[in-house]
This record gives sequence, structure tokens and C-alpha cells, in this order.
Amino acid sequence: MVSYILRRLLYAIPILIGVNVITFALFFVVNTPDDMARVHLGVKRVTPEAIVKWKQERGYDKPLLFNENSSGAGKLSDTIFFEKSVKLFMFDFGHSDQGRDIGYDIRTRMWPSLAIALPVFLLGLVAYIAFALLMAFFRATYIDFWGVVLCVAMMSISGLFYIIGGQYLIGKLWNLVPISGYDGGLDAFRFLLLPVLIGVVSGIGSNARWYRTIFLEEINRDYVRTARAKGLSEMRVLFRHVLQNALIPILTGVVVVIPLLFMGSLITEAFFGIPGLGSYTIDAIQSQDFAVVRAMVFLGSVLYIIGLIMTDISYTLVDPRVRLE
Amino acid sequence: MVWPFSRQAGDAAMPFKPVILWTDALVFVLVAAALLFAWYVRRHEHLLAPWRRVARSASGMAALTVLCFFIIAGLLDSLHYRPALPNQGGPRVYAVEVLSVLDAAVGPLRTQKEKTYSAPLATHLYARETMELPDGRQVRDYPRLKFGGAHLEDPEADRASDIARRTLYGVAAGAIAWLVAATLLCALIASRGGTHIDAAWRAIWRAGTGVPWRAVLITLGLVLLVVGPVIALSIRYHVLGTDKVGQDVFYQVLKSIRTGLVIGTLTTLVMLPFALLLGIMAGYFRGWIDDVIQYVYTTLSSIPGVLLIAAAVLMMQVYIETHAELFETVTARADLRLLFLCIILGITSWTGLCRLLRGEALKLREMEYIQAAHAFGVSHWRVITRHILPNVMHIVLIAIVMDFSGLVLAEAVLSYVGIGVDPSTISFGTMINNARLEMAREPMVWWSLAAAFCFMLVLVLSANLFADAVRDAFDPHVRVARPFSFKTVSAQKA
Repeated sequence: MVSYILRRLLYAIPILIGVNVITFALFFVVNTPDDMARVHLGVKRVTPEAIVKWKQERGYDKPLLFNENSSGAGKLSDTIFFEKSVKLFMFDFGHSDQGRDIGYDIRTRMWPSLAIALPVFLLGLVAYIAFALLMAFFRATYIDFWGVVLCVAMMSISGLFYIIGGQYLIGKLWNLVPISGYDGGLDAFRFLLLPVLIGVVSGIGSNARWYRTIFLEEINRDYVRTARAKGLSEMRVLFRHVLQNALIPILTGVVVVIPLLFMGSLITEAFFGIPGLGSYTIDAIQSQDFAVVRAMVFLGSVLYIIGLIMTDISYTLVDPRVRLE
Repeated sequence: MVWPFSRQAGDAAMPFKPVILWTDALVFVLVAAALLFAWYVRRHEHLLAPWRRVARSASGMAALTVLCFFIIAGLLDSLHYRPALPNQGGPRVYAVEVLSVLDAAVGPLRTQKEKTYSAPLATHLYARETMELPDGRQVRDYPRLKFGGAHLEDPEADRASDIARRTLYGVAAGAIAWLVAATLLCALIASRGGTHIDAAWRAIWRAGTGVPWRAVLITLGLVLLVVGPVIALSIRYHVLGTDKVGQDVFYQVLKSIRTGLVIGTLTTLVMLPFALLLGIMAGYFRGWIDDVIQYVYTTLSSIPGVLLIAAAVLMMQVYIETHAELFETVTARADLRLLFLCIILGITSWTGLCRLLRGEALKLREMEYIQAAHAFGVSHWRVITRHILPNVMHIVLIAIVMDFSGLVLAEAVLSYVGIGVDPSTISFGTMINNARLEMAREPMVWWSLAAAFCFMLVLVLSANLFADAVRDAFDPHVRVARPFSFKTVSAQKA
């Protein structure tokens, strides 16, 4: 087990290098730092001196890969590639183009993100499985049919509509909770209620429908028939047998996103004004802060790979036949 | 960067100059490919069988009926041209503005601009303005619209009756169109089956036909009953109101359809050759080729989808801004940006399909008939094209139709974040984005948002229903991952 995890971690290194090369190519080769400076300073009226100054302040004035003017190891380390890409491996995110410390921002902003994403994830999982089990229990009846119709209709509605509609109905019309904003401590509850609710509701359609197919596939297996033949009640069959076995395919899709919960949700955080990593990313995109976007791409990949490893480990927990060798 | 085949100005005495944008060209290629595929399938019974199953699904066919209206609007909007400017004597000069056949067809909708917001079917603006009366006094009141309901003498008294009258005309026209279509269909079925028209009609209503024509006719009837009044009213009114700069919202919705369709279809198609080639090669050859290809798609898929799109689109923005001289017209620039967005979305959603194809190729290569082909000394290339490719096509087809709705929804979200289509391109996303700021107004300006969401819902819902029908007919066990769910930053890879 330990050796397996170690091997997986080693295998993650070439992938992270690949991610790094892709982002490096995207950010520094497709467009030169000069282009970026020009866009930041305004394309029309920009002097060459301003560009040089802009690049110097942010450390973009070095050569891309190889520095002939330095000596020794400096030939490789005193370059944009080393400064901006290799240092990411040590989780040294450097400073944003606006001059803020990205590492500090990430450490402070991931908690509000988690405060929304974790409840949405947990409550959502319970709600989707409950709804899917309900449809599976009443399979081939009108409840099942209209449940699926409801799911298809709900997954056809844009996620933006849930947010705008929810804000309008609950926040503005009924005045139950503040429309947007965030506060630390227990007071955060008021602000979190609406985004969490909307997050859960907007996912019902696609998830409940997907889980329903998984349950229905399990329900037709031989062991389920055996369980019924033993005289178990349908409830007991569903909860003791079907649910446990259906957990394996469900885990594949679910565990992988757990680490990514730290990064929050772009749209929800932007709409509700929550100072998390999602809105951090959106702000960076809108102000064209390339350093932040680069850091987030790397962080996202790391978390995704951790999620993949966690998925493998979770298999051994729910399915004793799986051994990690 | 305009398509090289567009003609130079002045080479012919045409009242317009056809313009083929990049996405237009790809749309035409897609249509040609679809027609070719349909022709090929018709001649092969084993390929036709699953399509027959699709045709027997009532919900699928009803959805297809609705989709047809969207497709027609999208195709009309893909035929672009530049009209000639009125210029006596000298050489013909063409307008900078690129129009489409749809623009010409709905002419007044595009040109009749009001000053600012007006509610659906309104005769007055939504905001008070200071106006000068003929006797010189100034009053603050809602001014009359320039076009909406301009034919009414006394709007307060006549508006309701005028709208009712036009709606009635529209309903009548829709009903007549439906009757014509239904009669034609019955006649067709009757002549095919060698029966009388009455018998065909009764068979349809008793659901006695193999293809569920009853569902199709009911859907068609509902759509025509909506379309008829809307057309009748839109001649004199702004059916869905106007937006901040006074543009008709109904026109914007019509234009958004093409953007949605282009994103939904071209994205999968642009990347299809790569996914097919790499996926099959990885599964078929295994060994180091498999390792390399797996490494490539694992790397690409481990970057959270939205962030990769954001990074790529940001870089593209920088490129376009610093190379403004490359683009002849604004439309050409917006169009190229749309194509880039398709490619970038394609790269992020490509990995799922590639993985599926690899798995399928791994399974197929152990089949007896492929072993036999190897024993006969058939070349790898021939085995792939003759034996493997036809046997994975159903996965490709399912992936194309299943991805469509997710991509249409993704476009709206991406445009909201500011990494979607060009702001000058009319799309559901830009409509929502522009209308969002008006939510806080008192009283609220709701019609832009409502129109965009309603049309998007109808499009996505019918696409989902049709996709389900196709998947059930071809292979109900294939689980194509939904490419974009924006619950977390990453695209959830289920």
C-alpha cells in the first residue's frame, strides 16, 4: 500500500512537469512578455521604456530558458522558466502581476471557498443518493418516470439561472437572506445558506439521474435476486446490498473532486461576492493577472492528481477485492 | 484573416459579396458530412437499424422536430455576405458590415432600433424622459417608441385589441401551416403504404405508425402556434422588448442560436480526428505508443478544465489585441475567436472521448476477426480503417450528441466569466451577461434574461432528449462523461 502510493506520487511528477511545460508555452512562448506588458499598459499609447519597466518589476525581463550572462548554475536558474515555473514545484507561487503574495492569498482565501464547497458536496451527495434511491425504489412507476423527467428538465437549465433566480426569489423578493457578501465566524452562516442551497439544487438533475442508472444496473444483478429470494424486504435490499455495491462507481466520480473543493466554485463565488479562490481566479482572469492564473492552473493539477490517488485508495476501503500492488 | 475564397471587391456586378467565415466553412463541411453519412447509412441495413430505433422514440422525434427549427435558423445565419453600398457610377463598394441571410429575412428586427429599454410589446420606452410639447412646455413622461406600436393612433385604447387581433391572425396562420404539413404527411404515408389518406390519418392518431408521427405533429403544432403569433406581432412590435441600446431582444435570441449551435457541434468535430487517431492508436498498438498517448491525455485532463480554457483564452486575447491588423472586419475577428474557443473547449473535452476509444480499441484488438485479419497479413492501417474504426463509430456518435447540450450551457458560463465569445458576438452568454447588471434596477428589466434562459432551455432540453434517444438506440451502456459541470473549478471527470 505504502509503496503503491509512493509509486503513484512519483508517477505524478512527469505529469506535473507536463502541466508546467504546457502553461509555460501558453504564457511565455505563444505571447512574449512584451505582448503582455502592452496589453496591461494599454495597446495604443505605450512607450518602450514603460514596457521595460513593467517587465523588470515582475521579473519578466530575463531570458526564457538559458541565461548566457550568468555564471555556473545561474545560467539555468536565472531565467523566466526557473523563476516562474520550476519554483511552483516548491509551492513558491511568487507575486502576482499586481504585486501581491500569491501564496498568502491562497492560504487565506481557501477557507471561505471550503466553507461553501464542502457543505454543497456533502449535502449534495446525500440529496442526490436519496433522490436516486427513491426513483430506484419506485422503478417503472409514474414516480420514477416523472422523477427522470424532472432530472432531465433540471439539467437542461443553465446554472446561471439557478443563481440569478435564487438570488431574486429568496434574497430580493422574500428578503430571507442577504443577496451576497461574506463574514467570518458564525455570522457566515447567513451568507452561506443561499449559495449552498443553490449549489445543491443545481446539481440534482445530472447527478441524481446518473446515480439512478448505477442503482438500476446493480438492482438487476444475481446477488440482489438472491437477497430477495431470502425474503429480505425491498428497503433492506436497497440499503444493505445495492447501495453498498453501487458505491464503487459513485466513488470514482466523487472522491476525485474532494481536494478540488479547496478551489471553490468560480461562478457561485463571483455571484455571491465570497472572498474565496474561485472569485480570486475570476478577478485574475478579468484583470488579466497571468501570474495568478498560472499558479491556479498548477494548484488545480496538483489537487486533481491527489484526488486520483485518493480515489484508488478509497477503492480498497469499499471493495475488499481490490488490492493496491 | 478572411477565408481566402472570398471574392475581391468589384470583380462582379453583384448586389452583395459572399463572405465565408471560418466557422461558416466548417458548418458547411459538417452539413456535407452529415448528408454524406445519411446517404451512406441509407444503403446499409445494419447501419440503418439503430437509426430506425431512434425514429421510433416519441420523445426523440419530438425533440428533433424542435431542433429542426433551431438548425434552420442557425444555417440561415451561417450564409454571410456584405451588401453593396448605394454608389452611383463609380466602382461597387461593399459595406464593412457582414450580414447573414437571417438578417435579411428578419430585416426590420435588426434595423428598427429604439433609444433604450422597452418592455415586451410596449408602445412606450421604459424610462421617463424630458420631452417638449408643441406649445413649448416641458414634461417628463415615457416617450413613444419609434417603431414598436408606431402604427397605433391612440396606444392606450388600441394596443390591447391590436395585439389580440394580430395574435389571432398569427394563430390562424400557424394552424393553416400545420394543416398543410399534416395533410402532406398523411398523403405521403398513404402513398407509401398504398392506403387512403383517411386511413393514414387514423393510423397516426391511434399511434399505429412505426415512427411516432403523432408526437411529431403535436410538437409541430405547438411550435407553429407559438411561431405564428410571434411573427405576426414582430412586424409591428418588439415581441420580447428591447435592450439597453434599443436592440430587439427577439433578434438577439435568433442570432444567439447560431453561436450556440456552432459551439455545440464544431467543438467536438474540430478535435474528433485527434481523439479518433490517438485513442485508437493507443488501444491498438499498446506498448510505448500507448504510454505516450496516455501521458498526453492524463496531463491535459489533470489541468482543471475552466482554468485551461481561461489560460488559453487569455493568451488568445493578448494575441488578437496585439495583432489587430490581421483582421479585415470586426466580424472576421469575432468569428476567429469563436473558432479558437471551439478548439480550446475541444482540447479540454477531448480526453474523455480519447480514453473511451482507447478502451474500446483494447477490447476489439483481441476479437477473433481481427486476429484473423492479422493472420491473413492485413496491414495495421487497413485493420484500423476496415475493422476498428467502424466498430467505434457508435461511441463517437454518442459522444457528439451527448456533448452538445453541455457545451451550449458551458458557453453561457464562460462568456459570463469573460473568457467566452467575443463581446461583439451575440450569444446566450453575452445576453445574460449584459442583462445581469439590470437585475438591480427598480422595476426590474427581466425580459432579456428571461428570453435568453427560455430559448436556451428549449434548445438544451430538446438536445438532451434527442441525445438520450440516440444513446438508447446505439448503446445504452456507454457512459460519456459530461464534459463541463461548473460545480467546482474543475470539470468533473466522472
